[in-house]
Amino acid sequence: MNFLTVQRILGLLLMVFSVTMLPPIGVALYFQDGHWQPFLDAFATLLILGAIVWFPARKCVRELRLRDGFLVVSLFWIVLSLAGAVPLWLSDRPDLTVTDAVFEAVSGFTTTGATVIVGIDDLPVSILYFRQQIQWLGGIGIVVLAVALLPMLGVGGMQLLKAESPRPAKDVRLTPRITETAKALWAIYLALTVLCAGGYWLAGMTPFDAIAHAFTTVSTGGHSTHDASMGYFDNVAVEIVASLFMFLGSVNFALHYFVLRHRRVTDYFSDPEFRAFFMLVVMLMVVTSGMLIVNNIYNPDVAIRTAVFQAISTQTGTGFFTTDYSLWPGALPVILLLATFISGSAGSTSGGMKVIRWLLIWKQGLREVQRLIHPSAEIPVRIGSKPVDWRIIDSVWGFFAAYIILFGVLMVAMMLTGADQVTAFSAIAACMTNYGIGLGEVASNFTSLSDFAKWLCVVAMLLGRLEIFPLLVIATPSFWRR
Amino acid sequence: MKIIILGAGQVGRTAAYHLAREAANEVTVVDVNDELLRDLQDRLDIRTLVGSGTQPSVLEAAGARDADIFIALTNSDEVNMVACQIAWSLFNKDATRIARIRSADFTKHSKLFSSEDRAFAVDVPISPEQLVTDHVVQLINYPGALQVLDFADGRVRLVGVKATKGGALVGQQLKQLPTHIEGRDARVAAIYRGGHSIKPEGETVIEAGDEVFFIAARQDIRMVMNEMKRVEDPVRRIVIAGGGNIGFRLAQHLEEEHQVKLIERDPRRARKVSEQLSNTIVLSGDAADEELLLEENIDSADVFVAVTNAEEANILSAMLAKRLGCHKVMALINRPAYAELMQSGSIDIALSPQQVTIGSLLAHVRRGDVVRVHSLRRGAAEALEVIVHGVQGEGRVIGRKVENIPLPEGTTIGAIARGDQVLIAHHDTMIQRDDHVILFLTDRRHVEAVERLFDVPRRHAR
Repeated sequence: MNFLTVQRILGLLLMVFSVTMLPPIGVALYFQDGHWQPFLDAFATLLILGAIVWFPARKCVRELRLRDGFLVVSLFWIVLSLAGAVPLWLSDRPDLTVTDAVFEAVSGFTTTGATVIVGIDDLPVSILYFRQQIQWLGGIGIVVLAVALLPMLGVGGMQLLKAESPRPAKDVRLTPRITETAKALWAIYLALTVLCAGGYWLAGMTPFDAIAHAFTTVSTGGHSTHDASMGYFDNVAVEIVASLFMFLGSVNFALHYFVLRHRRVTDYFSDPEFRAFFMLVVMLMVVTSGMLIVNNIYNPDVAIRTAVFQAISTQTGTGFFTTDYSLWPGALPVILLLATFISGSAGSTSGGMKVIRWLLIWKQGLREVQRLIHPSAEIPVRIGSKPVDWRIIDSVWGFFAAYIILFGVLMVAMMLTGADQVTAFSAIAACMTNYGIGLGEVASNFTSLSDFAKWLCVVAMLLGRLEIFPLLVIATPSFWRR
Repeated sequence: MKIIILGAGQVGRTAAYHLAREAANEVTVVDVNDELLRDLQDRLDIRTLVGSGTQPSVLEAAGARDADIFIALTNSDEVNMVACQIAWSLFNKDATRIARIRSADFTKHSKLFSSEDRAFAVDVPISPEQLVTDHVVQLINYPGALQVLDFADGRVRLVGVKATKGGALVGQQLKQLPTHIEGRDARVAAIYRGGHSIKPEGETVIEAGDEVFFIAARQDIRMVMNEMKRVEDPVRRIVIAGGGNIGFRLAQHLEEEHQVKLIERDPRRARKVSEQLSNTIVLSGDAADEELLLEENIDSADVFVAVTNAEEANILSAMLAKRLGCHKVMALINRPAYAELMQSGSIDIALSPQQVTIGSLLAHVRRGDVVRVHSLRRGAAEALEVIVHGVQGEGRVIGRKVENIPLPEGTTIGAIARGDQVLIAHHDTMIQRDDHVILFLTDRRHVEAVERLFDVPRRHAR
């Protein structure tokens, strides 16, 4: 392990990150909400802290190994979450405890969108903006951003990207240089965000709301500047724009890249994961609207509008809402919550276990059936027309097992804090899949949970965002053994 | 530069490694073996693509449309030629296409690659085997040299020698050199002592054990070498282990003027080789067999060259030959780590096929008009031959004295080839237009600075 190099990179990162405190100051000055002090303090604190961490190790320029990569990535997320909590904690409106501030920041970075703040509409504009901005930074991956910005990471950048998103599919390089790949991803992300903001603005939002919501739509985060989330606008056009960009944000960004480069929209549908994701979204829409109509909750037109929006918001793991769906009848809330376990495509901004993994597991199941019928047949598992390496399938099962076990452990721990079963299940599910909306006590916000339960949620969110393994790896003794 | 490499074999991997570590290059490696590629992708900042390099779809996906350099290095000549042709016909016609062509049967027909209506769009055929063979032949022609590298069509040579007691200049200051080699001229480009480079200055004293690189005109090489070490007798008896491609070519080259024995393990191959060689004694047997070596008088052999496919076998048989009394042993070693281990101790010269090959690739990647690149010391150092372009008063090179050119640290100008003349560079030598300047860089990382120095506002002189 190369601690000095890790320290140097972390210090640099903190210093770079401190710059993100400046836009909220601008917002505060522009809207004259008189709330720039916490951000200025946070800016100075983080800059100095970063410099202190960086300075002693500044000359240690060595290449990162895969192992260092895991450590750096995990620390990135943990340290930046804490750093993001600083201005929230320093602020007196809202007056948050350390736990709440960290919860809010982690929920932002991991694009979960769960909140412990009630009365969002009354907060200073700068704080509102900051919450949205955090989600946007976390969206495509803070590490991707770092790799794009810090070219000196070199090959190390690749180790970092690998550690941040252990993809089940073969890792697709968009360009030969990893820095260029990261830049391409961010360019797509930025373009989608700009388009989304334009769409919101045309649909009737104020420019501020348009930008703020574009940040959390493309990142499938789900923070809003209003307590009522998208319900505040009550505007079909806004919901259509939101649905479109939540969907696009949940498509593999590499696929966006190739579609753009080949200028062929049909490329989307030749990708098996995209097709599966598309099917899932459509199915969820049909089931939701059908059940709403059958149970006579809404008129058919309202039912379809609500169902379409809620289905996409859930399937993509965003967590916008136009109505409190936990009050819907029967199995519907649970169906929606379960959909977030699948969530969007690998290599997108969405959370959950990713469509491709479920697709592989599904195909494995089919193969077992085939094997029972033809015991001696050689049946490869295929995605599209390409057979999948058994190692990838192995890793999917490993991921699945680790996910379920950790989920169970966290849920039981949550129940030990006194939460009822529905609350515990849905809170951990909402956090681990980075969806952000639970059922029961945590249907609209996480305020009522105890401090310990909130920390459990923080862990769940980070585990979910980093797809379990990086955190698990650094928690194993053999990682630290030389 | 956007570079596509076909083939992730030994040569392809090294090429990718050397090319990718220069920040300006974007490298994509194509191979049919995904395991090899995965391994490569883990260690280098490159893109990899699984597929056959002759398939247009694969080439397109690899970015053949806007590639600047296309290097086909698979182990099949035919695949390499076809891939280059396809890349030319379907994609970028301006790219430089380099193909590994092993068979001399192809390269000797100039119609195939170089004429106007060539059959295959290969701009530069390279043959690692041929390069290695030439390298070994040079070393044998200059007994005592660790490296012999050609510049300006062989008129200027860079030679590396290990200084030993008995050399006239050993123990003396460098500025004594001119008085020793009356009338001739040479320049010491670099000195390595204990693995580190030290700056060669007038006051620098050469010690026994130093690795000295000097540049001189071809006809002066022997004389200068004698300054560094005791005179070695010309090589007469040579034993080659391994009758593969390299071993066979080597024997072919050497058998006229030397007494050559070749040991080949496979009896059938041995038979075949013996039929094609006229003056070589071909032995069928194991090169690490002590009895066989002794029987064939290894103790009176001047040089033992181990060039089988298995580097471990090369190392062991060379060590054995050395212990049995062979005067000088060389072994073909692919892994840089092994080469480093062996060269300082029991083996006199570790031959690195990649290092020999990579130079000829690097020459095409460099900016400015670099005509020749030699990679040295496992790629840490580099020797370049650059043509100076531009007009008087433009740029920072033309019309200036050597001492006034802002060279980066560790870089020396060794010689200048001007027309048919060879000038050894001194502090007051004036650089002129169209000179071929030969530089030695002890630190490869300064290559970019040198490129910038010699690069005239971008235009392709090639």
